[in-house]
Amino acid sequence: MANNFLNRNVSETQIRLKDRIWLYAISFTVLFLLIVPSLVVIPMSFSASQYLEFPPKEWSLRWYENYFFSWKVENGFNDWMSATWTSFKVAILTIVVATPIGTMAAYGLVNGSSRLSKILFPIFISPMMVPIILVAIGLFYFFVQFKLVGSVLGLVLGHSLVAMPLVLIIVFSALKNYDMNQEKVARSLGATRFRAFREITLPQIKFSIVSASLIAFLTSFDEIIISLFVAGGDNSTITRSMFLALRDQIDPTIAAISTILIIVSSGLLILVQLLGNKDKST
Amino acid sequence: MSLTSNNINQNELRKLAAREGYTFFGLTVPYLIMVTALIAIPVGWLFYLSFIGRDGTFSFENYERMWKSKAYIKIFITTFKISILTTIICAAIGYPLAYFMSQLSRKWANICMVGVLIPFWTSLLVRTYAWLVLLQKKGLLNNIAIDMGLISEPIKFVHNTTGTLIGMVHIMLPFLILPLYANMRAIDKDCMKAASSLGATPSRAFWTVFLPLSLPGLLAGLLIVFVLCLGFYVTPAILGGGKVIMAAMKISSNIELYFSWGAASALGVVLLVVTAIILFIASKLVSIDQLGSR
Amino acid sequence: MLGHPGPYFTTNRVTMENSSLNISIKNVTKKYDEFYALKDISLDITSGEFMTLLGPSGSGKTTLLMVLAGFTNPDYGSVKFGEEEVILKPPHLRGIGMVFQNYALFPHMTVEQNVGYPQKLRGVSKSETSKTVEEALETVKLEGLGHRRVDELSGGQRQRVALARAIVFKPKILLMDEPLSALDKKLREEMQIELRQLHDTLNMTTVYVTHDQKEALTMSDRITVINGGELMQLGTPNEIYEHPENGFIADFIGESTLIPVKVKNSKALIGKTEIKVAQPLSKDGDFLLVVRPEKVFLAPPKKKKDQNYFEGDLLDSIFQGESQLLVIKLTSSDGEDQVLRVRIPNQSVTDKALPAIGEKVTIALKVADSYVVS
Repeated sequence: MANNFLNRNVSETQIRLKDRIWLYAISFTVLFLLIVPSLVVIPMSFSASQYLEFPPKEWSLRWYENYFFSWKVENGFNDWMSATWTSFKVAILTIVVATPIGTMAAYGLVNGSSRLSKILFPIFISPMMVPIILVAIGLFYFFVQFKLVGSVLGLVLGHSLVAMPLVLIIVFSALKNYDMNQEKVARSLGATRFRAFREITLPQIKFSIVSASLIAFLTSFDEIIISLFVAGGDNSTITRSMFLALRDQIDPTIAAISTILIIVSSGLLILVQLLGNKDKST
Repeated sequence: MSLTSNNINQNELRKLAAREGYTFFGLTVPYLIMVTALIAIPVGWLFYLSFIGRDGTFSFENYERMWKSKAYIKIFITTFKISILTTIICAAIGYPLAYFMSQLSRKWANICMVGVLIPFWTSLLVRTYAWLVLLQKKGLLNNIAIDMGLISEPIKFVHNTTGTLIGMVHIMLPFLILPLYANMRAIDKDCMKAASSLGATPSRAFWTVFLPLSLPGLLAGLLIVFVLCLGFYVTPAILGGGKVIMAAMKISSNIELYFSWGAASALGVVLLVVTAIILFIASKLVSIDQLGSR
Repeated sequence: MLGHPGPYFTTNRVTMENSSLNISIKNVTKKYDEFYALKDISLDITSGEFMTLLGPSGSGKTTLLMVLAGFTNPDYGSVKFGEEEVILKPPHLRGIGMVFQNYALFPHMTVEQNVGYPQKLRGVSKSETSKTVEEALETVKLEGLGHRRVDELSGGQRQRVALARAIVFKPKILLMDEPLSALDKKLREEMQIELRQLHDTLNMTTVYVTHDQKEALTMSDRITVINGGELMQLGTPNEIYEHPENGFIADFIGESTLIPVKVKNSKALIGKTEIKVAQPLSKDGDFLLVVRPEKVFLAPPKKKKDQNYFEGDLLDSIFQGESQLLVIKLTSSDGEDQVLRVRIPNQSVTDKALPAIGEKVTIALKVADSYVVS
């Protein structure tokens, strides 16, 4: 029985399962090591002890309490809740800024002259290519001149900068897979360019745009380095607070926050995957 | 063939064509403004600052300090060492996984892909923190090893190069796997069948047909990983515990602790130039579209 | 019904109101860097005519159609619909109906919504829209399928929906870009006849682009042959087929063998043999004799004065269903080999035996059918 299983053909070139056992072993190990470490944090966050045991000897919600009720703490050093709220605010605003700008640019690139596109595309993805530390200190210096350090606007600008290339790529590839002839037909039938885009193209790429928005949200919410330099004072982001806490001491509250972040990211990711497959392509 | 210079409607048509071009370009302008205002200008400013010495005048002292100072040399070496090691390890364990996934049916490959994407989208801090907790003296790894009797005393896995490497490999692995997998998926399966029909053993077919065809994706992945490692801040800062100092950390400390913008900018410019060179080489080997694909 | 269209559009067609327009194209030129997609094209299309733009891939025929539609702007030139200059008008104001090669149906809408879209754009009332949509669907023989989604339809059905959508608002001009190329042979041939019949009923000026010369010959009132961005010949199917104006057209349309002919002192010579040709020979020079396989035949024993004769060896004899194709190598005194194709219809069983491979045969061509081109 096991022999039959091992002798199964797993490839059209007649490779048998047992010849490839080593490949399966490595692959599963790597997958395991990719997923499990993050997940281990989840049960640990329920550990009562300061030292975060695994598995927890005693279960407790104290770290969650610490997090959710941190606004009540008088010294306000680690006001996790207000930092979370700032992160959330900034992330929503990032969607509002990055999505339309990125979508318009993608449309312009796809339909414009190809010579211009070749020049513009590298410029547009440069925020992903320039070392982020450089972007961060550059923005910090720049914002100091305009008194934008520690402001929500500063954070939104910085995060949008990093999110826009992702929006661009997602919408660009959706438009590439889309049959532009439909807009041409609509125009031949009497629709203006804008109407054709709105009534014909937009409904067919809407899922990609929503995905791009969610990615923009996640990118902003998880953004660390720019936030480290640009945020501050009353407006710290959750990522900045976490980083500072990690560097200085291992506050177990971070385990609770991490769990929440894992759930939020995974949820958004699953949403993106589901939506990504819904756009119809002729 | 002679064409009269006064061609019918020529001027109006030219204007029409120009207007169309402007419309599409116009759509990209807001993006351009953002990039110019938030990257080109600030980074340009930094570039300028790197040539301002401590006394406020134009000088090369920031750059000179970098090749003369032992501390800086150590930082360069550390940065390169860790980046190269991370890249190699990622390639070694990432290639088999990518290959494995590319040979699965779409359904199973997508399931495995979720396993690659979830860590990819989990916050950097969360993953770094997870390793911190797992690798520390009283952490899970040490506890299991002691319980199993493999070691008698906890091994120092964090606050050193080992911990940093483990963390960075974990973060960088999806960046290698994604372009590599995409490339492998696109390889025509018929090529392998052809090789087989011509007499190649599966192993030979792999080395002579599949591997060469997968090189663009591998190269793209390696370059992305390497470039990201060079500029990496968060994970080395936390898992290195101050003992592993990479370029980005030095830039940051130059500003936060010493307010020496000149030094920070100079180091940043060096980092940028090295990144630019590598990306330029990459763009010659691989098309830009592939680098941006997911 | 109306059957095969004659050389000029049938005057006994029922014309309702004169609701179609003529198209006047003057000096349209489009250059991409050094490459001429369209070179100084001038063409007049009569109101209500079925005009086909015929040419190989890359000849510029689709570019010309796109210029008519307004999606491509030429470098200069004039396009008039009726009396109105439309060259500067955007596509949505030109009042044309268009069918694309891949149909470009809107997948997020039902058939009804697709066909009704132009009416919606024109602000037509809902009741009027459903009426016209139903009419359009009936015309293309898709009545009752309005509620279906696009991905539930077959290729042939999608093609009809694209057509219905293009005619629902009764445009005066209909443009079609190789609409049948995605269909299989049998369906394509059926649709050719249906489209032609549709054209006759609806009385729109139709400009049809194709690379299939058989399709062009079947459907058109007139054909414009385009190659390399230039207008090669404009004429009825009959004219183009029987009297191609140059070697390219002779080769592109129908099957033919082109035999090099030297003309000197008003005498036409193939090698050393003189042949008589149908048209007067005014110029000297090198020409090509256009030999259509169906016009040559095995020479009867008695030689006649009004026929040209060619000698050769039978290389191959291929059964092709309704005809037998003989491939003959002509013995030429020139030294160069020339292969001639002869198509003999396989009529009812006869006792006349076909020559065997390797035999010497003599092929005859009526002088009236001997036509030379440059």
